[in-house]
Amino acid sequence: MRGLYAIYRKEMSHYFVSPVAYAVVPIFLILSAVFFNMYLADGIKASFEASMEATQGGAAIPFDVPSAVLGAFLSLVGTILLFLTPLLTMGVYSEERKRGTMELLLTSPITDWQIVLGKFFASVSLFIIMILPTVLYVVYMFAHSEPVPPWRLIAGGYLGVLLLGATLLAIGSFLSALTENQIVAGVLVLGISLLLWVVGFFAGTGNGVVAQTLQYVAILQHYNPFVRGVIDTTGLIFFGSWIFFAIFLTMRAVDSMRWRRA
Amino acid sequence: MIEVQDLTKSFGDKTAVDHISFSVKKGEILGFLGPNGAGKTTTMRVLTGYLPATGGTAKIAGFDVFDDSMEVRRRIGYLPENPPLYFDMTVGSYLDFVARIKNVPPEKRAARVEAALEMAKITDKRNELIKRLSRGYKQRVGLAQAIVHDPDVIILDEPTVGLDPKQIIEVRNLIKGLAGSHTIILSTHILPEVSMTCDRVVIINRGKIVAVDTPENLTLQLKGGERIRVEVQAPEKPLRDALAQISGVRKVEISALGSAGRLVATVEANQGQDLRSQIAAKVVGQGWALYELRGMNLSLEEIFLQLTTEDATQNPTEKAERN
Repeated sequence: MRGLYAIYRKEMSHYFVSPVAYAVVPIFLILSAVFFNMYLADGIKASFEASMEATQGGAAIPFDVPSAVLGAFLSLVGTILLFLTPLLTMGVYSEERKRGTMELLLTSPITDWQIVLGKFFASVSLFIIMILPTVLYVVYMFAHSEPVPPWRLIAGGYLGVLLLGATLLAIGSFLSALTENQIVAGVLVLGISLLLWVVGFFAGTGNGVVAQTLQYVAILQHYNPFVRGVIDTTGLIFFGSWIFFAIFLTMRAVDSMRWRRA
Repeated sequence: MIEVQDLTKSFGDKTAVDHISFSVKKGEILGFLGPNGAGKTTTMRVLTGYLPATGGTAKIAGFDVFDDSMEVRRRIGYLPENPPLYFDMTVGSYLDFVARIKNVPPEKRAARVEAALEMAKITDKRNELIKRLSRGYKQRVGLAQAIVHDPDVIILDEPTVGLDPKQIIEVRNLIKGLAGSHTIILSTHILPEVSMTCDRVVIINRGKIVAVDTPENLTLQLKGGERIRVEVQAPEKPLRDALAQISGVRKVEISALGSAGRLVATVEANQGQDLRSQIAAKVVGQGWALYELRGMNLSLEEIFLQLTTEDATQNPTEKAERN
């Protein structure tokens, strides 16, 4: 346990001086702020028009602005994360291999799983720090709505964000463990996230077995129910198995570093 | 403390280390001498548990490096060829991290980091970022990292590479200061280095051990004269007397060679004298069976030549290949 914490601590302090984190986190925050602002303005405008129509004699259409804005915003956040999270983990192992510090870790009295989980938890922590400011936006919006929508919508939505993020981070770590070059690792993860995204489009056009299978693989397909505040068991299992599988593979990749190195 | 038996390591069909055996006693400094690519780094990596051996066994403090890897890793400090440094950490926080992953108990951690800084003479660099340090200081941080948990066994891969002469002397003194309470293996391709620091030397070339001896004896072999190896079937005492009679012979050592009563005599002659024909005549004249007769210095000399004529600035491509 102490070994795991040592690795976690080292990774966190690394993130706080790493240029990658300082590039990725602000870009994410700027993009999410701009889009949140846009969706909120649209939502307010739409609800204003609706109430105008109501005063002109039509029936008032019940229109839940905060939930609609939350849904649109989190959908977009999911897409941004697909592109940005791979950048966070592309160096976690490749950097260590290139610098030769993997040799230090692998000859120290810590187990492979302490290394792998320490690094994974650290990347998830950084991810949480990155998305935390956006929680403020939606909490503020909900708190100022009349009537206040159920908070579980936010909880469910952000559970989805966390699962999506952790999945991408776990896949990213695994690919980083495969190569000494972090750019290669980054491109590989980006490719895989794109693939998991794009299959969703193809899946939408067909009805056969292939389309159904693709639909199951498409990552945002499982993310969307969470966005609507639904905690979907299929989604939990989907993300859970991706995370577990990727961490398991990372463990094997770290172990294999001992065997491959000539 | 360290027992290596028939250790073999192959990469594909390339054998990097070929059936080597040696042992190191507690408190001893063993030098690993050989040209680049001889198998020094590979041997050390097997000892530290970084690479698994293809064959043979290696034990540290009675624990097998493969089967009881954790126990072994707890007891070793290792400085790889390229110091394993995190460039964006300060020296102090780096050593603290290493102390943590090496299982130094929390209450002792600060004191151990302090001691390591002190020993490596980098106390004043504690708050500097590692990436801002010169090559020599980085090497010292690497050394501090290997001793921060006060390990029983310290394995140093080319610890003086890249240092200036003054730093080299300091590092050598540091290593000598660690002996006694620690068992040390260090590798080098510089001949004078072993004679200055090591109690015993293993000379390795192309994955095979060429010689194991004290630096004094090795130097003597090189400078003192010729050595001839004679394999005969003969009674020991008469053989010794007969060989000693030959003029120019300084010393005769006889050891048994397994079964069938065959003996191996190592004859030391004065420099410049080739006594092979006289020895052959003597042995045959006594009616003994002569199985082998050869000069022994050639292989050693070849290696020493490679060692001493090698440029101090290493060939970068060769280094890159091995990493």
